[in-house]
Amino acid sequence: MEKKSRREFLRETGALALGLGCGAPLVATSCTSSIRGDAGAERKWAMVIDVEKAKDPAVRKACREACERVNNVPSIPDPNEEIRWIWDEKYHDVFEDQIHDYTPAELLDTPVLVLCNHCTNPPCVRVCPTQATWKRETDGIIMMDMHRCIGCRYCMAACPYAARSFNWRDPRPFVPTDADGNFPSEFPTRTRGVVEKCNFCSHRLRDGLIPACVEAANELPGGEGALVFGDLMDPDSEVSRILREQRTISRRVSLGTGPKVFYIV
Amino acid sequence: MLEAAFRGGKRYWGLLGVWMVLITMGLWAWSQQYVHGLTVTGMTQDVTWGIYIAQFTFLVGVAASAVMVVLPYYLHNHKAFGRMVILGEGLAVSAVIMCMLFIFVDMGQPTRVMNVLLHPTLNSMMFWDMLALGGYLVLNLIIGAVTFDAERKEAPPPTWIKPIIIISIPWAVSIHTVTAFLYSGLEARTFWMTAILAPRFLASAFASGPSLLILLALIMRKFTKFDPGDMAIRKLALIVAYAMTINVFFVGVELFTALYSDMPHHLHAFEYLYFGLHGHTALVPWMWTGAALTLVSVTLLLIPSIRNNLRFLGPICVAVIAAIWIEKGVGMIVTGFIPNPLGRITDYTPTMVEVGVTLGVYGIGFLLLTLIYKIVVNVRERMLTA
Repeated sequence: MEKKSRREFLRETGALALGLGCGAPLVATSCTSSIRGDAGAERKWAMVIDVEKAKDPAVRKACREACERVNNVPSIPDPNEEIRWIWDEKYHDVFEDQIHDYTPAELLDTPVLVLCNHCTNPPCVRVCPTQATWKRETDGIIMMDMHRCIGCRYCMAACPYAARSFNWRDPRPFVPTDADGNFPSEFPTRTRGVVEKCNFCSHRLRDGLIPACVEAANELPGGEGALVFGDLMDPDSEVSRILREQRTISRRVSLGTGPKVFYIV
Repeated sequence: MLEAAFRGGKRYWGLLGVWMVLITMGLWAWSQQYVHGLTVTGMTQDVTWGIYIAQFTFLVGVAASAVMVVLPYYLHNHKAFGRMVILGEGLAVSAVIMCMLFIFVDMGQPTRVMNVLLHPTLNSMMFWDMLALGGYLVLNLIIGAVTFDAERKEAPPPTWIKPIIIISIPWAVSIHTVTAFLYSGLEARTFWMTAILAPRFLASAFASGPSLLILLALIMRKFTKFDPGDMAIRKLALIVAYAMTINVFFVGVELFTALYSDMPHHLHAFEYLYFGLHGHTALVPWMWTGAALTLVSVTLLLIPSIRNNLRFLGPICVAVIAAIWIEKGVGMIVTGFIPNPLGRITDYTPTMVEVGVTLGVYGIGFLLLTLIYKIVVNVRERMLTA
């Protein structure tokens, strides 16, 4: 029999109690299996970022540019409307709960790459009223359906990592095109009024490629190993090995979201 | 009965004219938003909900507060509310419609809003909120229409309506509870993630809603022959006094937890509200105004001779409504986003377009309210003269 963690037990009994008022079987299925369920998973994608190796601005720039190119991410200059998939934040803002009064200033100011954590227990999926964002059963990626999203931005209120961006205006004029007016990639551009975020390059994974940011970092001399991507279900994958052998942290673990982006600091 | 809405004096048409001006302005503002997107609002990647969701929150409370006349009348047979109940239900109907419109104008893709029902998602509080609000609207429409029709015919209401009325009582509580759950279930937002949010919402709703009802009753008896009665108004004032005092207590409980524990995450939001955080002081004047209005109105409400003096009651009710509106319609929503999960503080100020849309929605709500009350008054006036 599958061993249940205390969290899962509490959640299921809670869902059941709620269900007494509003349809137990329905609530139980939607609260437990569609969000938490890892039962049918074949893979569990994860990323490890080596903060020290990613200190080089060239590495982080390469990551960002590759991501923007591959995913047609617009470059909107206004920070209030900027679309962010992978970007820099200072260590003290990213790991605000893991610093103290005597953390060296140099570390506090170190830029850290951040992106969607593809949580095991994603709050954004829990709150979305249309299932426009969901956790893909087969590999744990938090996906977005841009055609279903109604643009209510509930997911943005729920995300503890500010990893989601809303298209306040039509993003297409802000996606750099080539001389013939073509967008950099085949990946569909978005319309205004929908939320978007990193999807671990699910379209590249389908073709057997790794996420563009990871590829770009590793191709750059000196950037090897700054970002590592792999399958947590495979004990021999590099991410599994790093997590086993090195000391890693992830963001705001006390919230119980179960981030799948880890950091070596 | 309905034709009464098309007959009226200069004052009536003037009032309708005011609402139409607001609605026209609102439609124009909304067309700007529809064409250009939500970029025309003051909302940002950090503060993703603004004045619309805040008004929604405030008005769900107004809608729920109809229960404060329905419950005493139908459960406790409190006769004084006999002529007040229909006003409460009319207010609930127009408030729920405004709530729905405020959600609608906040959507990035308004044409897809039906996706919420096409893809029902039981783990989303927004889905439940939509059901709760829709159901509450239907309940109040049925109850209001059936009981008023019976009254008009001077017959007792049909017996089948009684269970529906009983259902509407917990349903009223549910709409504001589920609305609080929209916020209080988010681990990302410490300011909202407090178990007392739903009780607080209900307490403030039961203060602001009945206050509005008192004002409307005072206005109606000044300008029409219809009078809901001194007794009903004084009873409502007592309800306001209780609810407002409980609300102050709840806010105090919240402040204690934040201040005594001294945990930065809990403190930041209150610091931002009342003192400003790192030089960001956008809401400070609002919050102190709200605090002053609360203090003055609670004090006056607690003194029976002042509370029962209908001359003072009007201004006190205005103060209560303003205080709760500041609490929910200004402070509550925006502060949940401050600071953002990355420690960034972005102040929010609604744009003219947002203010225009907001006034337009209020215009629609008050137009509906005016029409409903006009029909009620007409029938009652005729019954008085008959």
